[in-house]
Amino acid sequence: MTRRARPARARAPARGLLEHFSAWLTRHAQVAVSSLGQLTRTPGATSMTTLLIGIALALPASLHVSVESVRAVMAAWDRSTQVSVFLKTEVDDRKAAALGEAVSRWPEVDAVHVLTRAEALAEYRTFSGMGELVDSLDANPLPAVLLVQPHPGPTPGSGSPGTPGAPGALVDRLAALPEADGAQFDLEWVRRLQAIAGLGERTATVLAGALGLAVLLVIANTTRMTIQGRRDEIEISKLFGATDAFVRRPFLYTGLWYGVLGGIAAWLCLGAVGLALGGPVARLAALYGSDFRLQGMGAGVGAALVLGGGLLGLLGAWLAVSRYLRAVKP
Amino acid sequence: MITFDDVSKSYPNGHQALSHVSLHVDAGEMIFVTGHSGAGKSTLLRLVGLIERSTQGQVIVGGQNLGKLSPRRVPYYRRRVGITFQDHRLLTDRTVFDNVALPLVIAGYSHRETGRRVRAALDHVGLLGKERHLPESLSGGEQQRVGIARAVVNRPAVLLADEPTGNLDPELSREVMRLFERFQQVGVTVLIASHHLDLIRQMGKRILSLQSGRLATDSGQPLP
Repeated sequence: MTRRARPARARAPARGLLEHFSAWLTRHAQVAVSSLGQLTRTPGATSMTTLLIGIALALPASLHVSVESVRAVMAAWDRSTQVSVFLKTEVDDRKAAALGEAVSRWPEVDAVHVLTRAEALAEYRTFSGMGELVDSLDANPLPAVLLVQPHPGPTPGSGSPGTPGAPGALVDRLAALPEADGAQFDLEWVRRLQAIAGLGERTATVLAGALGLAVLLVIANTTRMTIQGRRDEIEISKLFGATDAFVRRPFLYTGLWYGVLGGIAAWLCLGAVGLALGGPVARLAALYGSDFRLQGMGAGVGAALVLGGGLLGLLGAWLAVSRYLRAVKP
Repeated sequence: MITFDDVSKSYPNGHQALSHVSLHVDAGEMIFVTGHSGAGKSTLLRLVGLIERSTQGQVIVGGQNLGKLSPRRVPYYRRRVGITFQDHRLLTDRTVFDNVALPLVIAGYSHRETGRRVRAALDHVGLLGKERHLPESLSGGEQQRVGIARAVVNRPAVLLADEPTGNLDPELSREVMRLFERFQQVGVTVLIASHHLDLIRQMGKRILSLQSGRLATDSGQPLP
């Protein structure tokens, strides 16, 4: 075709790569800004969609944060767990004290507290609620107990749940003492808690998958409705030579904005939950002698939410526009 | 400039819009396509504008066989063709300026160049003072002229107009036709579908008449 004027092509050699790139960048920036502007013109619909996405993202994120927090606590508990060594009843208090002294010098032992038979009985009377029954007994049936605090070495259990290495060996060594009736390293409940935490983690993953899909569908559907409203514009643009990329671009940016705003909303939701639960959790933790705080409200989680939301938004919008473009192919 | 070689167009529902049409239009020619509604005028224009593809035969525009153009190249072809519609098809929520600027925005022109060309095009159609108006605040004739400005703003080699005087009174219609003539005078090939026989006879241009999708008469040359 003999064109009277071919401005774009005729000027192409003169236009440097840099200028080309900057024009491309300008176009993208314009579309990015104008699609954001479009969202602010419908604040009601935009904030509802954003909040919907935010809540959908916040749910699995908060579960993940809780599980991470519980894991962090468990790691601390693993270290502080003590081994109870029940001595034979014929071992008297003096011998028990001497044994405690000896055990406390073991390298893997941090401290030993000796609970004499009388102390054990007193404790039992206080905490069991069966004081009268205890009083009616002729003799003290309880043995003396060594409460052995293992040396806080590398955190057992945090890496491999339920398989404490060194403490296990320590329990065996303590149980083998001739004065010992048995040694108990009460890890059962920690293991159970770890199993529950594992289940929580898995639940968070499944939930993240399901709700991620929900976010994708929400954005795809929102994009589809926006497309319906701008059918004319798309059709006319295509008649005047708009490429698919040109048509797609504003919708992709809108999807991206929805996702990013939703991610920020999710982060704010998490922050609000953190604020609401922070006080009670700290009090509860203090009762357990822990300085535990809710984990993961930091920038890392925020960045992941915003990035994840943005990617889901892009993908959702892409799916919706591509489907539409296939349908209107000439 | 435009060659139809035994072109037929049928739709999936069996409707035969064009059958065995052959014609040639020289560069810089102005041609009217006429006939009753449903005779195939719009279809002929849509084939040249590559809004649709022929089901048989070849459409060649500017040496380019449109049947062989890949879908990826279609947008770039369309940027070289200007088109106006009977219902104007303006974006009602955009100003006159933005409507006319659309083809330039699509083609990626700079802001400054776009402004210059849009004002030049609006000047051509006599609407320079209405840049900031919304289309709905304009009369039918003015809206049609906005459509024409949008069609020529990218300086196309081919200008297609589908019933440009459809809803206009005779005086306005003549004005619009004279506007098209001015574009022909600067070298644009102009193809106008219209059923206003009286008006187009006055223009003294070549007239193709279609009947049930067939080329019935061609005032420019004997039919084959």
